[in-house]
Amino acid sequence: MTDDQPNDVAVDNDDDGSEPSSSGPPSSDHGSVTDSKLYRDITGVGGRMRSALLVPALAVFTALIIGGLIIAVTDVDTLRLWGSDPGEAFSQTISTVFGSYQALFQGSFGSINAISETLFAATPLIFAGLAVAVGFQAGLFNIGAEGQIVIGGMSALYIGFTFDLPGIILIPLCLLGAMLGGGFWAGISGMLKARTGAHEVITTIMLNFIALFLTQWLLKTTVFQQPGRSDPISKPVNEGAQMPQLFGSDYRVTIGFLIALLAAVGVNALMYRSTIGFEYRTVGANPDAAKYGGMNVIWLTVAVMATSGALAGLAGANQIMSLPPYQGSTAFSGGIGFDAIALALLGRSKPFGVVWAGILFGALTAGGREMQGVERIPIDLVEVIQALIIVFIAAPALVRAIYRIKTEDAGTGQISTGWSA
Amino acid sequence: MTATADSILQDVPLQVRLTPEQRRQRILGGVYFALAAFVLVFFALDPDSASDATFNLSMGGDRFSLSWTFEPRLIAIIVAVSLAVIGVLQLTVGFGRWMNFVLGFAMLMFVLAFLGWASAGQAFSLVGMLSSMVVLSIPITCGGLTGLMCERVAVINIGIEGQLLSAAFVGTIVGSSLGSWVGLIGAMGIGALLGATLAVLVIKYHVDQIIAGVVINIFALGLTSFLATRVLGPNPQFNAPDRFTTISIPLLEDIPVIGDMFFEGNIFLYGSLLLVVGIHYALFYTRWGLRSRSVGEHPKAADTVGINVYRVRYRNVTLAGLIAGFGGAALTLGSTGRFEENMTAGVGYIGLASMIAGRWRPFGVLGAALVFGFARAMQQKLGILGTPIPSEFLAMAPYILTIVVVAGLVGRARAPAADGQPYIKD
Repeated sequence: MTDDQPNDVAVDNDDDGSEPSSSGPPSSDHGSVTDSKLYRDITGVGGRMRSALLVPALAVFTALIIGGLIIAVTDVDTLRLWGSDPGEAFSQTISTVFGSYQALFQGSFGSINAISETLFAATPLIFAGLAVAVGFQAGLFNIGAEGQIVIGGMSALYIGFTFDLPGIILIPLCLLGAMLGGGFWAGISGMLKARTGAHEVITTIMLNFIALFLTQWLLKTTVFQQPGRSDPISKPVNEGAQMPQLFGSDYRVTIGFLIALLAAVGVNALMYRSTIGFEYRTVGANPDAAKYGGMNVIWLTVAVMATSGALAGLAGANQIMSLPPYQGSTAFSGGIGFDAIALALLGRSKPFGVVWAGILFGALTAGGREMQGVERIPIDLVEVIQALIIVFIAAPALVRAIYRIKTEDAGTGQISTGWSA
Repeated sequence: MTATADSILQDVPLQVRLTPEQRRQRILGGVYFALAAFVLVFFALDPDSASDATFNLSMGGDRFSLSWTFEPRLIAIIVAVSLAVIGVLQLTVGFGRWMNFVLGFAMLMFVLAFLGWASAGQAFSLVGMLSSMVVLSIPITCGGLTGLMCERVAVINIGIEGQLLSAAFVGTIVGSSLGSWVGLIGAMGIGALLGATLAVLVIKYHVDQIIAGVVINIFALGLTSFLATRVLGPNPQFNAPDRFTTISIPLLEDIPVIGDMFFEGNIFLYGSLLLVVGIHYALFYTRWGLRSRSVGEHPKAADTVGINVYRVRYRNVTLAGLIAGFGGAALTLGSTGRFEENMTAGVGYIGLASMIAGRWRPFGVLGAALVFGFARAMQQKLGILGTPIPSEFLAMAPYILTIVVVAGLVGRARAPAADGQPYIKD
């Protein structure tokens, strides 16, 4: 049996690129679909644009429709109106839903400022999404990006207000510190997984909470705390560590967005053009094959988590260095670590997929704020829409069932295999 | 080639030949010595430890009034010496099957020394902390039992957190408008609904079990936060349910300490204890339990003898949702009576950790949940005593404890064999 295992990785080249729509009923070709997906995951090539985009597009569309329904049924005042004046209630419901989505669009792509806001919101999401995506590709579920963002951000913060250097030196220094901080924090989970088998889902979540309390404490120490304040607010970083705006001071988007794009290019090169990346992906696709092929699975587990954490740390650095007033507070991570999971799944764990998904989610966030301002729809709706998107991405059979279409999309497949894997 | 082979052979006996069990024994021995030194340096040598501490062992309305006054320094010295002795014994003789028992005992002694030091010169309501430990452990127990019910049929449920949160929310909003009992039913209903959703996603659609659970968590967090702002915010009358009152059990409530902990509580306390007993009996002594366990250990064999694997999984995961709903309701209807955004704060995950620490057995879950409850209670009550330890570090304790538990300091446990794997019928 063991002899076959290395081959599992490279078989079924032929399956890939077969006509996406001419395959039979989804259930009957389940095996070959998985194999071609495996091939795509290993090689990073293949898969037609149409089938690659159809399910995500329908997933986003369906999630928005359900989001509209949620807006409609939670409007308590209008719900009362249905009893007395259904016609008026109907038109009010329609106008609320359409008004909300109009605000969502206006706030995300409706003006240059809106686009700037979208890219501004997308920047940390792209970093964090890349972090989760790297983990997914290597079969590790880094659910703790949130904690790594916090630790990375705090590292950048410390460097940023301690050293007073010109930006050309200080910004890279802060980013490096953030990568080390985030990488270390995630590396703990990697080490625990490799040495004791402790599942990374539990340990990373717990490290989130620990990072949170650690930050609350740190922000009240004299090292971090803004003099004259009693609440957990840090000193601001020096001017050299503040990222310059891309399009002048009127628009908030900073060079952080360019760095995020660079990070995507870097991750792409790492994952698909380097030996380490090949080892990462092999260990994710088939740990037994990786071990049989002579790879050091223990070291790889730590390295993958550290890489992932370093990227999440960059998201934290961006939160400190791009966002006026450039201070640390207890909530600077802002839930980005959890959005990142949805993001990575939507982007199919591919670096450039993550960039597009990040821009989409950035648009949802920027538009969500507008929606909250104009129609007073709580921005938490965006979280609901994101959760729905993941459901449909993870279970394309649902999308197939709703729209009666055929795709060869096999969903996210099995990433995890119990507690002891 | 030979040179490397030789060097490998030379290195191996020094580093790798220890069995995991032996390595654990050594680590534990080191831990005992470190704890002994810690107690000696920080608790016994602290000048404040000279003033007497008082532990109150009874509450206001109790029939017997008990308290214990002692010198913390003396206790700290006794504890330090005992820990050192245990460490020596661990490294030389070992404790065999009593190892975990001894570990638990050592931890208790350490906590005693710590509490004595923290309350030097003051009075501290020990029984108050113990009873809040029990109350805080209720949702953790329910979460752990939910996870156990699912994993015994090989479905990993990461979504417990979301189930608890949704149930807390539904319990509040339904409880405020239609009464607490209806609220409880509603909470259990939403728990079961989310359980059924998880089951459909992982059984019918083969969605990765962890992704499906995480989706449920994000969805529940997003939707409850959304509704809390949009519905509960402008309508505070929906966020004020009647709480379940305390029911004292006659006679048993008069037992010192134990009575305050286990026999003066609301239905959630008694319900969760009954659930532990009931699930233990059902799992190990009934046909249902045998079938469930066989589906979790070897679904193919179960299928071959005519058990409908899918049906068993659907049923158990949905039933487990009822338990999660019960535990979620305990957070609002049973304690604060108010829903707040993300009020679970990781309780579902801690429940999962208590399931692992409890080795997938109901009484183990209860024991582990009590330990986690203790860590949370300590954080609450030590704030009153005013220790020099920052409250943030005390707040971290349950989470650090969870990591230690899953990392296996308490010993490796074996999950159900098919845990986490979808069953695809040939």
